[in-house]
Amino acid sequence: MHEMSLTESIVEIAVEAAQKEGAQRVTRVLVDVGALSHVEPEALEFCFAAVSRGTLAEGARLEIARLPGAGWCPDCGKTVALTERFAACPECGGFRVQMTAGDELKVREMEIA
Amino acid sequence: MCSVCGCGEAQLVLDKDKPAGGHAHPHDHVHDHDHDHDHHHDHGPHHHDEGAIDYGQGPAGAHAPGVSQERMVAIERDILSKNDAYARENRRTLAAKGVFALNFVSSPGSGKTALLARTIEALKGRLAVSVIEGDQQTSNDAERIRATGAPAIQINTGKGCHLDAHMVGHAIETLDPEPNSTLFIENVGNLVCPAGFDLGEAHKVVVLSVTEGEDKPLKYPDMFVAADLLLLNKSDLLPHLDFDVGLCLANALRINPRLQTLVVSAKTGDGLAAFVAWIEASAARRAAALAKG
Repeated sequence: MHEMSLTESIVEIAVEAAQKEGAQRVTRVLVDVGALSHVEPEALEFCFAAVSRGTLAEGARLEIARLPGAGWCPDCGKTVALTERFAACPECGGFRVQMTAGDELKVREMEIA
Repeated sequence: MCSVCGCGEAQLVLDKDKPAGGHAHPHDHVHDHDHDHDHHHDHGPHHHDEGAIDYGQGPAGAHAPGVSQERMVAIERDILSKNDAYARENRRTLAAKGVFALNFVSSPGSGKTALLARTIEALKGRLAVSVIEGDQQTSNDAERIRATGAPAIQINTGKGCHLDAHMVGHAIETLDPEPNSTLFIENVGNLVCPAGFDLGEAHKVVVLSVTEGEDKPLKYPDMFVAADLLLLNKSDLLPHLDFDVGLCLANALRINPRLQTLVVSAKTGDGLAAFVAWIEASAARRAAALAKG
């Protein structure tokens, strides 16, 4: 369950930014999670309530944007959609696809009060 | 109180036979964090005991006053940025002392600890080795390593499924590896979570044993992508199994074409000479790269 420590990082980052802004509390946190990243969004949601308790982010809503995966296939010479990290190219079946998007793991923005 | 992070008065014991007196951060320089955040701990007190650091404690709170209306604030920060900042710090600390660090990752039961103990024996008289052991509980592994004569510290992660760079930073401070030595970090047995956490090591080494199935690299690709070297362990069991070494290595290379591979046995010592040579060559290459700047 490394989602627990990732969630601790999300809360730390949000609380730090909220303190810098002089906020009283955080009401919403928006995070980007790539479809090919090693993170289960449901687990993040599950952990968030527990980890944020007693912090400025307690009670905040965690919104997870799932970004689609994509990769560059040198054989097809174009960007193709990827549903698995090391999947074959959906067009030519080759395994030389280099992932170009989908492993994002980022706190994008938050709403504070 | 610990000058590094303010964690409570505690005793760390590197070697059970030679308990360190009082609080054992062996040097008293100011711990210089030059990344842009405070070194603060929202994790509750972690407990230092008998050569072990315990992270089984949950998160605690933080409060700040202030008044404002609801508004959006852009943050755009990587969730792993905190860990990565600590990892950079570890890398800097290790580089300054010329310490070559390897992060060993695998599923539980692949034979990591036996492999490390055997490798330490093989490196005796050639390279000084110290070890950071990560497990959820017990200091059994650190004791097995200490039996070889190498200094070892145990980190107990509690419910944690991996080591992170912050824990390892503390362990490096406490262990204080000697200059120009090699540091083995044995991660928690888990083929998933440790892949995402940089500890400041030079290389991740993934250990897989021949009792696990040739398709492990396909089932748990993240770890095989993160690693630079694959050690296929327990080769002494091959005569009793239907394990296809070629297929396993082909699967690993499909996931990571740059991966180097060695077939070894911690029991018989087969292949360990090649691993020792890899360590010496990689450490020398790293030292040369650092000297060049």
